[in-house]
Amino acid sequence: MLANLIGYLGDFELAEEAAQEAFAIAAERWPRDGTPANPRAWLVTTARNRAVDRIRRDRTLAAKTRLLDVPETVEDEIEETTIPDERLELIFTCCHPALALDAQVALTLRTLGGLRTDEIARAFLVEEATMAKRLVRAKGKIGAAGIPFRVPPAHLLPDRLAAVLAVVYLIFNEGYGGRGELAAEAIRLGRALTELMPDEPEARGLLALMLVNDARREARFADGTLVLLRDQDRSLWDHDQIADGRAELDRALALGGRGPYALQAALASLHAEEPQDWPQIAALYGELARLTGSPIADLNRAVAVAETGEAEAALALVERLELDRYHYLHATRAELLRRLDRVEDAHAAYGRALKLVRSEAERRFLEQRRAELRD
Amino acid sequence: MKYMLLIHQGDTPTPRDPEAWSRLSEDEQKEVYGAYQAINETPGVSSGVQMQPPETATTVRVQDGKTLTTDGPFVAIKEALGGYLFFEADDLDAAIELAARIPAARMGGAIEVRPIGER
Repeated sequence: MLANLIGYLGDFELAEEAAQEAFAIAAERWPRDGTPANPRAWLVTTARNRAVDRIRRDRTLAAKTRLLDVPETVEDEIEETTIPDERLELIFTCCHPALALDAQVALTLRTLGGLRTDEIARAFLVEEATMAKRLVRAKGKIGAAGIPFRVPPAHLLPDRLAAVLAVVYLIFNEGYGGRGELAAEAIRLGRALTELMPDEPEARGLLALMLVNDARREARFADGTLVLLRDQDRSLWDHDQIADGRAELDRALALGGRGPYALQAALASLHAEEPQDWPQIAALYGELARLTGSPIADLNRAVAVAETGEAEAALALVERLELDRYHYLHATRAELLRRLDRVEDAHAAYGRALKLVRSEAERRFLEQRRAELRD
Repeated sequence: MKYMLLIHQGDTPTPRDPEAWSRLSEDEQKEVYGAYQAINETPGVSSGVQMQPPETATTVRVQDGKTLTTDGPFVAIKEALGGYLFFEADDLDAAIELAARIPAARMGGAIEVRPIGER
């Protein structure tokens, strides 16, 4: 509903206010007069009319006259099917690269996820006032700078789709660190994207990736401490969800998907198998590193190489990486050094990882591993 | 929507610095002129007037009623405005596409896209 209003009105603030007004009117009238046949259509029409009234009243907004050309609609007459689904236009607007990434994330959660400002603020550990300011600034820029409300044309689409997927995946990863409600929200957004763009393999790849990873959520933490994949209680995995994820992955691959999300989904799927095919996993991480240039993919390749029994080779890979600020690099080094019986070096590497780690569950895990070195 | 595109030359070689400019091949020099010409001929573009280089700027402040002048632009020379143009376009995407065609954007400078008017 909000997507449609923003598309129609071309103004985020006005659309939000109009939607609130329409809900308030519904709350008053529906119990008295009965619920209309098409509640959504009724709400959209009512909100549109209220917004147009407001513009008519407020002549300082006369610049937005394109709205005034629209003939008056009569409430209740509009058919559900005549209201286009404009969520896709909306997400491309929210994830426009002219907005700062944190603003893209906040705006997407606010307008598409329907989260309240205080909920988004809490999820990203910032003050509500800070988040409110960020949202107001972003919405203001969309209007003032002329960020278009549309699905980008073909020549811009690959880059812009990548930006949208990155925002959804970022939301998922914030949730994956422990705040589950964000992960669920990201999956909802990911599913909406596959419905809106059924032929985009990377959208399906991302959904598959999130479904498979999220299916292991219950097993990833025990008493607030991170549990490594190989130590996870598989009975806690959501096997139906893993199957859903694999079905999405198959669709992505059938559409020719060989992009970073399809690859990561394939990796997540391989990780969920028992026993794991480590040479295959190492090869796919190599492919991912080649595709994205990401040193994190190289780091994961090193872990897979270690699992094939080549700890020495894995350590050599890790030591070539420039990821000094990344706690997983040091945690991985520590694990490899431990396997090679270099206890002192492992101890120091755990210490370095502990200095950088942010999540409390991961901190406890690393402290536990470091303490075990002395046994 | 109307936009002002502010061209910051940064490290871009320009004819104003003959030494740096001469390091470009003749083809590259022609390409730069050609690109600016194509931009000026793009429908919706109105080019700005020629600006002398930032080194010729004088910056003026008033403190306690007294006019103070300093030699050079308000920001560092490298960050100073080198030129500008106006562009009447449908939306920001169109303005970003035009900005990306300005040679300075790929030669060590950057283009700032500013919406103007309408508020």
